Amino acid sequence: MAGNKKPGAPEPTRRDFLYIATGAMGAVGAAGVVWPLVNQMAPDASTRALSSIEVDISAIEPGQAITVKWQGKPVFIRNRTEQEVADAKAVKLSELKDPIARNNNLDGAPEATEVNRSAGEGRENWIVMVGSCTHLGCVPVGLAGDFGGWFCPCHGSHYDTAGRIRKGPAAENLLIPPFEFVSDDTIKIG
Amino acid sequence: MSGGHSEYVPGNGVSKWLDERLPLPRLVYDSFIAYPVPRNLNSWYTFGAILMVMLVVMILTGVTLAMHYAASTLLAFESVEHIERNVNYGWLIRSVHANGASMFFIAVYIHMFRGMYYGSYKAPREVLWILGVLIFLLMMATAFMGYVLPWGQMSFHGAAVITGFFSAIPLVGPGVQEWLLGGPAVDNATLNRFFSLHYLLPFMITGVVILHVWALHVTGQTNPTGVEVKNMKKETVPFTPFATIKDALAIALFFVMFAWFVFYLPDYLGHADNYIPADPLKTPNHIVPEWYFLPFYAILRAITFDISIPFTGIVLINSKLGGVIAMFASIAILVFLPWLDSSKVRSGAYRPLFKQFYWMFAVVCVLLGWLGSRPAEGSGFVGMITQGDLVGNYVAYMQILTAYYFAHFLVILPWLGKFEKPAKVPPSIADAVLAESNGRVSAQPAE
Repeated sequence: MAGNKKPGAPEPTRRDFLYIATGAMGAVGAAGVVWPLVNQMAPDASTRALSSIEVDISAIEPGQAITVKWQGKPVFIRNRTEQEVADAKAVKLSELKDPIARNNNLDGAPEATEVNRSAGEGRENWIVMVGSCTHLGCVPVGLAGDFGGWFCPCHGSHYDTAGRIRKGPAAENLLIPPFEFVSDDTIKIG
Repeated sequence: MSGGHSEYVPGNGVSKWLDERLPLPRLVYDSFIAYPVPRNLNSWYTFGAILMVMLVVMILTGVTLAMHYAASTLLAFESVEHIERNVNYGWLIRSVHANGASMFFIAVYIHMFRGMYYGSYKAPREVLWILGVLIFLLMMATAFMGYVLPWGQMSFHGAAVITGFFSAIPLVGPGVQEWLLGGPAVDNATLNRFFSLHYLLPFMITGVVILHVWALHVTGQTNPTGVEVKNMKKETVPFTPFATIKDALAIALFFVMFAWFVFYLPDYLGHADNYIPADPLKTPNHIVPEWYFLPFYAILRAITFDISIPFTGIVLINSKLGGVIAMFASIAILVFLPWLDSSKVRSGAYRPLFKQFYWMFAVVCVLLGWLGSRPAEGSGFVGMITQGDLVGNYVAYMQILTAYYFAHFLVILPWLGKFEKPAKVPPSIADAVLAESNGRVSAQPAE
């Protein structure tokens, strides 16, 4: 308005000032009201507090697996047999639907090799994964499916013994959560 | 049609006094008593009234159930059993509510297919149609969240699957999903907000229904001939008693079927798995949504392949996002139906080719529903072609029928209007009605 230099154009009035000031205050106020209303739906403090757990794995023999609950989701801990590790090793990377390791313990986006999916060299028999199908979050069934790994009964995703997606609608390998071996018998997830 | 003058005459001093201050009785009189409806409406046009009654039934039983239900992961399953066993008539109210959802969807699907057959979506009724699609979407959201509340195995894992859709959105997906759930997984926070929204949405539906009826009363109703009313006196009858009585009869018959389910087959339309308390660590072997979502569930699962830029291997849309997009698109496409159907003739009754494609489409929808209940097994369309994998290749069937579903809207309907030679459309409703009754009795236009 002020830049409008037409002859006879009216100067900004007190009413213009009030209009703009009220509008600006209203916008700031609305944002201040909306944010708490939106943010209250995000995970609350009690949910965020349950961020890590420790699990005793001494009783899991080769070929056995347990499922523990972490952050409301199942986590699979499987002590794989040598055969299962060898099966997963034999798979060429080019055959994989998702070539990325999806391992939260490794930096960057390393390839989904057998060792990058496992608990690391020396502990390759261990595999720890979030048990939510990367398709739509169902819980896959262990020791099932066309590749001897996991099978999701909801929409038919098949994972191999390294938890890599091989067939079906899921797009990504099963997620490996951040975890570490506190001792040989205990791992800490989260 | 209703744009004309009001015929309301206050009967006594009190209603005259009110009419001058808040003409609510006048609005009701003009909308539901004097409102003129085409005289040739058939029984398929009674489902709007059935749906209105169902909405009231669902809100009444829902508010009552909420008096006894506890929205907590520790108590929800128990409280539903408590309603079934301890609350006076709780078994009845819950059965009416649970089966009422199915009845609501039966009625809404018939209502939608009626609109599609008689071209009710065509100009000038596009907004009326789009409001209807919006109601359908709200109904789906409400029904989905309601199914989570009993906190059984299907409730829990159904919720996990449906909210998993949001994680398919590129970049922001996982964040959005966590925000919607109130945590990393479906849990108490999720159940609580679903209960809150399940209670809220029906009232939003009521709001949109009011707009839907308003839009209907601006343009007036269509009728099986698809010809607009030309002579109000000859071609319409007042809503009351004609439509009121006909709707009431239809509601009574519909309620016979409803009662049959409520009293004799209360769990027939549900899943036994939902009587197992929710266990986050174990998924039922076969997750199936309620029957009214099955066709969309089949479309979701039909997309098992990534969509890439040809010859580069660069994935544009992965199979998960592709499935979610296809499923939402299958509903969103209904919004564009008024513009996709290129035929100048409104009613399918005068479109010989359209009729065949219409029934073909209806059969495809039913088959998709059946496939939605099947496991996602088979090698898909590619396997069917290359390996001859025909029997039990459900994924391939889903893919073929999903392709047909979209082709109906995107290819057949735009194309048909240009090439089809329609039958002779009667010049007016009166002509159509008289031609029909000439052979039987001497026609006497109601005046």
